[in-house]
Amino acid sequence: MADKQRNLGEALSRHMKDYIVTYVFLVMSVAFVWISGRGLTDIFSQLMGRLSRNLFIVLSLIIPIVAGMGINFAITIGAMAAQVGLLLAINWELTGVLGLLVAAGITVPLGALFGFLIGGLLNKMKGQETIGSLILGYFANGAYQLLFLFIFGKLIPLSNRVTIIGATGVANTLNLTGQTGLYMVLDNLWMITFSQAVYGVSIAIALLAALLYALKKLPLVRLFRLVGMAAVASALYALPPIHRILSTIRVPAAIFVVVGLLCLFNVSIMRTKLGQRFRAVGQNRAVANASGINVNRVRVIAIMISTVFAGWGQLIFVQSLGTLQTYSAHEMVGLYAGAAILVGGASIDRATNSQAIIGCLLFHLLFVVSQDAGVRLFGDPAIGEYFRVFISYGVIAVALVMHTWRTNVNRKKQSSLAA
Amino acid sequence: MPDQYVLEMRGITKRYGNNAVLRDVSLRVRPGEIHALLGENGAGKSTLMNLLFGMPVIHSTGGFEGEVLLDGQPTHISSPMKAMELGIGMVHQEFMLIPGFTVTENIKLNREITRPNLVSRLLGGELETLDTKAMRQDAQAALDSVGMRLDPDAKVAGLPVGYMQFIEIAREIDKKGVRLLVFDEPTAVLTESEAEQLIQVMRSIARQNIAVIFITHRLDEVMQAADTVTVLRDGSLVGEKPIRQTSVADMAAMMIGRGSGALAGRQARAACEGAPALSLTDFHVEMPGEEVKGISLEVCQGEILGIGGLAGQGKIGLPNGVMGLYPAFGQATLFGEPLPLNNAAQALRRGLAFVSEDRRGVGLLMDQSIEDNIAFTAMQVKGDFLGSTLGMRFQDRKAIRAFAQEMISRLDIRCTSPAQSVGTLSGGNQQKVCVARALALDPKLLFVSEPTRGIDIGAKQIVLESLARLNREEGLTIVMVSSELNELRSICDRIAIITEGKVADILLPGSPDVDFGLAMSGLSAREEAQA
Repeated sequence: MADKQRNLGEALSRHMKDYIVTYVFLVMSVAFVWISGRGLTDIFSQLMGRLSRNLFIVLSLIIPIVAGMGINFAITIGAMAAQVGLLLAINWELTGVLGLLVAAGITVPLGALFGFLIGGLLNKMKGQETIGSLILGYFANGAYQLLFLFIFGKLIPLSNRVTIIGATGVANTLNLTGQTGLYMVLDNLWMITFSQAVYGVSIAIALLAALLYALKKLPLVRLFRLVGMAAVASALYALPPIHRILSTIRVPAAIFVVVGLLCLFNVSIMRTKLGQRFRAVGQNRAVANASGINVNRVRVIAIMISTVFAGWGQLIFVQSLGTLQTYSAHEMVGLYAGAAILVGGASIDRATNSQAIIGCLLFHLLFVVSQDAGVRLFGDPAIGEYFRVFISYGVIAVALVMHTWRTNVNRKKQSSLAA
Repeated sequence: MPDQYVLEMRGITKRYGNNAVLRDVSLRVRPGEIHALLGENGAGKSTLMNLLFGMPVIHSTGGFEGEVLLDGQPTHISSPMKAMELGIGMVHQEFMLIPGFTVTENIKLNREITRPNLVSRLLGGELETLDTKAMRQDAQAALDSVGMRLDPDAKVAGLPVGYMQFIEIAREIDKKGVRLLVFDEPTAVLTESEAEQLIQVMRSIARQNIAVIFITHRLDEVMQAADTVTVLRDGSLVGEKPIRQTSVADMAAMMIGRGSGALAGRQARAACEGAPALSLTDFHVEMPGEEVKGISLEVCQGEILGIGGLAGQGKIGLPNGVMGLYPAFGQATLFGEPLPLNNAAQALRRGLAFVSEDRRGVGLLMDQSIEDNIAFTAMQVKGDFLGSTLGMRFQDRKAIRAFAQEMISRLDIRCTSPAQSVGTLSGGNQQKVCVARALALDPKLLFVSEPTRGIDIGAKQIVLESLARLNREEGLTIVMVSSELNELRSICDRIAIITEGKVADILLPGSPDVDFGLAMSGLSAREEAQA
């Protein structure tokens, strides 16, 4: 009995150690929500927008982490590829879903090519991928500016929809609204109310569980648990105070379907031979190599996939925002996405879908309320913005330190085991 | 009979540059036999195995001379992958397992059983889904055949170290068409009962007509398990014998064998006359790859104590631990006073000095002059060579120069002037600068680790002579660690052989070769005589 208690205590303390950042964020978020004095409906509808915009990018970080390459800050470059695609789509006067698909299509070869190059470079600096990819992002920014300021417009002629007459290069803000026709394309594809979302998802889960049970792929206990959870969620939502807060929020269901597909991809790729290679390479390169896995190739593939996904994520982000800051929209992508996944309890060497989602939720909740909290506390909305940058870098620094510390502890444990 | 031997290596010679590491070596292994491969470090065992596995290091350095025959067919093994395809497997000394994977995943690593799915038909085999059920069955079968009762879904990370060896073996057995398995020091980390079980497993593998090459330095296990033994020494073949025609002592002598004219064994002094200079009790050092696991040892005043043993057994860890460079625990008494551990500054102040085996890493500042290198540590630790001007402390250039001049003549350092930079000196002279720097501390006890590593033969002799002279003429107590047994025997009063982190035996320079060989395999000659 005492043994059991101690085990429980140990498990709990390990859990706290792994998720300390997450809990700190949770406490801070709740405090800030309270300080900001904003209505919950307001906060949650903003949060919904931010989640739908950012989740995809954050999820694109998972595969490189599993493959042992740390946080791929070079997803910035994927975002650049997507912006090239978007620029061309606007230039060719493609609108609506078609325009978005063309931009996404252009992102694939570009992102794959960039990912191939990034992966090759990161293979030359094994062990420093996180910092390496961060610097690569900055470096690529220079090349991007050259491309957009000089090569586009001068060498590759563009229409005046994306340039300013009398100036060099691409305009520094591209508007996606109006006749450009790319604003909220994906959001508006299938917009539903929060009620529809909750009940719809609950019913879908229950039906799917029943189907799997009928096919004998799910034990009865799991069936009951899933159906029970769906029922409880629906019932909770139906409670008047909760219903009042959430019922007016609108959900861009199409985006969440796409995000769901990416989650599904992340899970199912790990059940393939390639996924097994990602994991093997991530956990121990020497062993993977000895068993005949081409380590460098696997790592390049991981980065290529991540870069393309990040590009698609950036498309979702920009179409939802409505304007493209041509020269700066990509700059903070890697930083914010990296910080978000770390807040969810991921680390340099392990990450899951749920960590990405929880992290994204908490990270952006804090941002939604930090401005108002700044006003309330210091009378200055800018404090909120400073705070956000401060927190992002802080979280990343903490994660890097924790990683080194944990590796050292493990090494010590191993050497004492061997002794 | 063309297929009398599953593997035959004939007249193998391998050179790195002008240096021949293997000279006309042959190895013949029959199917279904356990063939022990014996030799000291540097005898050429690993080079021979690298060659067998087609490691890139062999081909990138100009290949080798001689023939490799598999089942009588001349074969060119161009890469480790080719070796694998030919049915040659290796059970590694460091475990090639992924801790975060389950036993099954490790056994089937990169040989996963997969089923095609919708996407893989479109984009290729890498995206095929894993068939976990079939993989688990295979793993279970392989585990059964090595006699392990183990849940194939357990994560390797939580398992005892001893199990990992068996998982590795299971993985090799699971490969199709294995005909030759190499075990590289498999029992090094196992407990006695696990080692026993391992030998059983090797026997049952051999019964399936798979040949086993068993690399080890534990002679008693060779006697117990092997059918045939091949001994290498200094890159040459000493001999191949059936186990029935040999003995532990015979093999030990074959391994070491440098002239049989050794003096009759006197008993080594167990205790010092007078108080010991340094005494260690249950001393442990956590130096990765050179762990010391509980040494009790006395260093007598005025002697040269040699520390010998094979690589990785802990002999290097000993001085590094005493000097506080790696985490150590246990008891150490220096000239009757307890020595605080894990404190390098204290160790130096108490009169210890250390000439490290890592000359370039922690030993010398290569861009600095000879005199600065000599004075550096003494300046830092004891505040020597410092003059005081206006209340600030400056280097006393004159004193430094004078001391450096003295050392240059005393140790015969060949240089143009004390201001010459150390990086331009030859290896032997660099080593003398290291010794000079240690002497600048005016030590009462000097540790010297691998003093002749990487320097040419003439310089070796000079370094050894200057150490012997320091001991003889100035009464300096010296503890010298070296992989070269001959060196130790040429200048030491006593030689402690460290095996598996413990003192296996303390011998005299004139002790018979057999005793050294036995000590290196973890046996004491006296115990052996009693048994």
